[in-house]
Amino acid sequence: MDPQDHQQPELRQVLVLQPPFVFNIHEHLFADRFHVLKAYDSPLPTRDFLQANAQSVKVVLCSGIRDLPALKLVVTDATGVNHIDMAECVRRGIKVTNVGDVYSDDVADAAVGLLIDVMRRITSGERFVRDGCWTTSREYPLGAKLGGKRVGIVGLGNIGSRVATRLEAMGCIVSYTSRRKKQSTPFTFYPNILQLAFDSDALVLCCALTNNTRHMIDNKVMKALGKKGIIVNVARGALVDEVELVKCLLEGELGGVGLDVFENEPNAPRELFELDNVVFLPHAAAFTNESFYDVAQVMIANLEVFFGNKPLLTLVNNKF
Amino acid sequence: MDPKPQDHQSPSSTPSELRQVLVLRPPPVFAVHEQDFSSKFHILKAYDSPLPTHDFLQAHAQSVKAVLCSGIGPITAEVIHNLPALELVVTASTGVNHIDMAECRRRGITVTNTGDVFSDDVADAAVGLLIDVMRRITSGDRFVRSGRWATSGEYTLGSKLACKRVGIVGLGNIGSRVATRLKAMGCLVSYTSRQEKHTTPFTFYPNILQLAFNSDALVICCALTNETRHIINNKVMMALGKKGIIVNIARGAIINEVELVKCLVEGEIGGAGLDVFENEPNVPKELFELDNVVLLPHRTAFTQESFYNAAQILIGNLEAFFTNKPLLTLVANEF
Repeated sequence: MDPQDHQQPELRQVLVLQPPFVFNIHEHLFADRFHVLKAYDSPLPTRDFLQANAQSVKVVLCSGIRDLPALKLVVTDATGVNHIDMAECVRRGIKVTNVGDVYSDDVADAAVGLLIDVMRRITSGERFVRDGCWTTSREYPLGAKLGGKRVGIVGLGNIGSRVATRLEAMGCIVSYTSRRKKQSTPFTFYPNILQLAFDSDALVLCCALTNNTRHMIDNKVMKALGKKGIIVNVARGALVDEVELVKCLLEGELGGVGLDVFENEPNAPRELFELDNVVFLPHAAAFTNESFYDVAQVMIANLEVFFGNKPLLTLVNNKF
Repeated sequence: MDPKPQDHQSPSSTPSELRQVLVLRPPPVFAVHEQDFSSKFHILKAYDSPLPTHDFLQAHAQSVKAVLCSGIGPITAEVIHNLPALELVVTASTGVNHIDMAECRRRGITVTNTGDVFSDDVADAAVGLLIDVMRRITSGDRFVRSGRWATSGEYTLGSKLACKRVGIVGLGNIGSRVATRLKAMGCLVSYTSRQEKHTTPFTFYPNILQLAFNSDALVICCALTNETRHIINNKVMMALGKKGIIVNIARGAIINEVELVKCLVEGEIGGAGLDVFENEPNVPKELFELDNVVLLPHRTAFTQESFYNAAQILIGNLEAFFTNKPLLTLVANEF
């Protein structure tokens, strides 16, 4: 690659099929530095657009790679890569970068916030006040103390380890399950999810969605967790068998859930809207002003080093 | 009138009927554990009587030595005057602002509270409220339940917790626990207190105004006294700033509520998480219009576990009193 390319944004083509959320605020940071090819702005169907405009594109923000013969790099605005055909990328020698751990603090904070909310009935209490019930009713639905509760973390990576630290500071007893035991943590390792569920009062899902983890939280796991059990999911909706989850909640087989992610976003299961022991977030656990800024920086930095022929910063290790 | 000399029967033979405990209004803990009290003591329920309180006390409570109370049934000077034999006030709360402590001191009446049985839970909820306001959790829940996520998709960004400067007002049992939790989340914790605490690592500010100037959020964890009433006022809120957040799990009257509402409605502060209000259970209606406020019905202390522990401590103090043993959680009366 010509080292002078970095001086001329027009030659540094970056294809974007659908605008990532970070563009809502920071698009100009990208447009100042790169020639952003906006497939979504074109009246042409995507396929035709790519045929006409993207034959020499080397970089794409997000997926849809079949029609890009020159593609070398996929830059995603997410931590997860479940939306990218990683097998195809390996076959074609295409590299993938994610956003590393820029979202990890915020997702961990939100996971803790959701757990406290469900256990201590915060959003539920808020409805009680806003509906005007406090002035008329003397109900005292009690919450559950956090200290002493056994919390099982599913996946002890960047997010899971931060959740663990926070919950430990609140007196929770933290265990985890993971693909492999982590030798450097003080927390108890369980070799599988079922054993973890049996020994936990709450599960916090912090792992990636892969073929192995799809629907790992099934009816069996929920029954093992028990009628007072709580599940917090800030990872991917499809980790949980959502149909089974709804059934368990409606039948009182679970104590409550805090969910940021769903199998069919932006559609959350409407049957749960009547329940007081469920807290919903619109897939926003990662979304703060600060993380959006950091995400823009990481994505731009990866693009810069790519065009400057230098090592990528947050390369995803592709195990396919 | 001087209190009568103590005439407790020997511990092994004190029948429960003679162990009278007056209750003006049922404390929240009665909702779950009343039986534990009534099996050990003779509970005199003023609230079950058709008589007005004053008349009830005159008629039935002249030899009562112990009263069990909570914030909803204040022990005023007038109540105390109607209880000539009163020796002990057992409150089912940590705070004693609903008890006329000066009058108790004058009469030689001892006061016990619930010690720190509620502290963990209140601290957890304070942190939960702060996360909720900064990260818009309850607001997000409304966004989903109302169907707006499915149709409009976009949602307002929250604010990261790490590196935010959080000022804790009162570093006692609750405040110190809040500090530990927030530190684990990467917040920069400072505090103000009546005296500097030399054993903590957190930065001390000698007054609330300086703390507010140097904070992104304030968490109110102090007692309500004459000195702290309305200590959070317009000046403090302006110092905190337009992005500033206030969490109050202490007592409503620590904040000037009229000014708080004005600041929130006019956007002079960023948001608030409130478990307590000046005139419970009434919450200022203007707050119901706001999306950056989280409102709780004074229940951050309420968990199954804390209610159980509170019942134990209340019963423990009453037992100790009736068997002439040292009280468990005596409140130092500084009046």
